[in-house]
Amino acid sequence: MSDPQMTELPVTPPALPPWLARAMAPLPLAPLQPALALMLDRIGRTHPDLYGRLGEHAEKCFGIDPTDLPFAFVLEPKPLRPRARAVRNLPAGLDACIRGPLAGLVGMAEGTLDGDALFFSRVLWVEGDVAAVLALRNAIDDARIDFGTVIFGSLGPLGQRLADALRRQLQSLPVTSSGGRTWS
Amino acid sequence: MELICPAGTPASLEAAVEAGADAVYCGFRDETNARNFPGLNFSRDELRKGIAFAHRHGVKVLVAINTFARAGAFGLWQAAIDDAAAAGADALILADLATLDYAARRHPGQRLHVSVQAGAANPDAIRFYVENFGVRRIVLPRVLSVMEIASIVRESACETEVFVFGGLCVMEEGRCSLSSYATGQSPNMNGVCSPASHVAYAERDGRVVSTLGGFTINSFGKDEPAGYPTLCKGRFTTPKGSGYIFEEPVSLDAALMLPALRDAGVTAFKIEGRQRGRAYIAGVVRSFRNILAAIDEGRSAPPAGLAAMTEGQMSTVGAYRKGWR
Repeated sequence: MSDPQMTELPVTPPALPPWLARAMAPLPLAPLQPALALMLDRIGRTHPDLYGRLGEHAEKCFGIDPTDLPFAFVLEPKPLRPRARAVRNLPAGLDACIRGPLAGLVGMAEGTLDGDALFFSRVLWVEGDVAAVLALRNAIDDARIDFGTVIFGSLGPLGQRLADALRRQLQSLPVTSSGGRTWS
Repeated sequence: MELICPAGTPASLEAAVEAGADAVYCGFRDETNARNFPGLNFSRDELRKGIAFAHRHGVKVLVAINTFARAGAFGLWQAAIDDAAAAGADALILADLATLDYAARRHPGQRLHVSVQAGAANPDAIRFYVENFGVRRIVLPRVLSVMEIASIVRESACETEVFVFGGLCVMEEGRCSLSSYATGQSPNMNGVCSPASHVAYAERDGRVVSTLGGFTINSFGKDEPAGYPTLCKGRFTTPKGSGYIFEEPVSLDAALMLPALRDAGVTAFKIEGRQRGRAYIAGVVRSFRNILAAIDEGRSAPPAGLAAMTEGQMSTVGAYRKGWR
């Protein structure tokens, strides 16, 4: 069933190397927009239960900020008209924002990393409507979305390589030192 | 020894089953259970499917209906009890005397457990629940040492279940009013402690400041581990200084106490965390399953390796070893 040799569960996801962010910075965001629309459409069709969990929060506007990328995302998961777009900087007026390294955000979304543990270790941070963030996190966790494939798969062969690279990064997460303290 | 594992969503239930749970506990998507958080919990249909999945794998499902019913709205709690029983729940976890009375009368064959929220911490209280409602198991509050648990088990005519990992409360389970004071909502009545809708984070002077219902409750430096935004885990200034006056942000980790708790006669070990994601559920359940297997086989238990999952990156054995005495 499982390996009897226990190791520390991972929590600290690696950040993408800064040279990659620098290399991506000049790239135009326009080609990302149709890929994001396709991704959102695919998720909506394959995981309709997600909206039930989001409830009233499906109407909210979320900022997703991978801190190791030179751009961010704005997500409006409205059931009838979902929208997602890439932006250089997150606009004002968002209902909530989630910040963290890309591998952490993807790991949490795919269910390989625990959102609360990322929060406790300060890898991930949230601003704005915390209830909306919780609803989004729980809905996505339940949906079991393969985000690497969904995000990058629509970019063709290059996207598949990016998805594979991200997955390799996640799988080679450095084991956290026991780090924890005891208290009595 | 049974391993009782949390599930806040159907995906988590499946993760718990696959990781080696003996039983999974969960609740409906409303105020009838003490983890009434946004995006969490089960619809009636999801519960039926979850129970069917668990039973196919030989795993039990316990349904928590463990808040205290609102006056004038008891029908919500009655419906939850009726629907959980009809769905094939292996046990109902209840706290309110009215819900226990209703379940015992309406569903006499249904196995009933007393929730930790009832705060049943002595043989007299336990005897009351057994004699009046025929309860089969008590989930003991996290205020007892191993010796005290052993004494209670000897004097009680029902099974006992204790928490071995996860979040801790400030030793007044089912009676805490801190969240209610700050937000008007409590885990006891509304199923939610420190509701997310009342939580805010802001950056101030290089520190992240958390507030609950407008009260500043903590601030964290850049690399300082964080805890849940609850009043009991807040830092406050008093005439004697500043710091954690109720409780540090810390998680229970009683992995090292399992042999002693087994010897005390405890029937089941419970993992807290229905609000956590699949990664936590799978990791923690698998870890404790391995430890229990090692104990059963007389091997030395492998380290739990769960520091990363703990609140504030800190763990304690809590009241099981009352070192301050």
